[in-house]
Amino acid sequence: MSALFLAWAITSAQILLGFAMLCTLVRLIRGPRAQDRVLGLDTLYVIVMMLFLTFGIQTGRTLYFEVALIIAMLGFASTVALSKFLMRGEVIE
Amino acid sequence: MMQAPDLPFWAALIVALLLLAGAGLTLTGALGLLRLKSFYQRVHAPTLGATLGAGCILIASMLCFSILESRPVLHEVLIALFLTVTTPVTLMLLARAALYRDRVAGNPETPPDFGQQQPGPPADRP
Repeated sequence: MSALFLAWAITSAQILLGFAMLCTLVRLIRGPRAQDRVLGLDTLYVIVMMLFLTFGIQTGRTLYFEVALIIAMLGFASTVALSKFLMRGEVIE
Repeated sequence: MMQAPDLPFWAALIVALLLLAGAGLTLTGALGLLRLKSFYQRVHAPTLGATLGAGCILIASMLCFSILESRPVLHEVLIALFLTVTTPVTLMLLARAALYRDRVAGNPETPPDFGQQQPGPPADRP
């Protein structure tokens, strides 16, 4: 009984996160300027990290936690590099 | 793919509510990112998902693994700390880059500059 509604809740949370990814993907493709696209990419990284955490809860493995940590770090580094590129025109001066 | 860990009833209830709340808040932030009008409004929306939504899902994950392994599992604090430190930094950098680009391009929707106003002539004293 409790496993059934937990499974239902996890699946619907994954579906909601998928819709959120769809929204950010539309902004990433349609965004009028470059900073909108970078913002969409940053949000996409955060949502993918949360999706991996829900996969970790679903399967009960701690492997997904490490994936989520690495994705969070890569998202930070890429957004900082992209906004530095937008500001200066180059990443490493 | 409907499967779930075997948790006691109260823990399953709390984990399910936290997961649904976190996913719903993230969807709200993403809808705001899609619907709001200008970039300076849009930059606020996804932080709802990055702080409160991610916090809910991280607490749910922490609770689930703590009960599954019957010991306190606190890995997820690392992600929470990392997100709390990095989200403001990245969005500040991005907003400053956008402001710089808008001022160079002469975009009329650029917010006014309050920090570096030239001092005007002194007002006449009566």
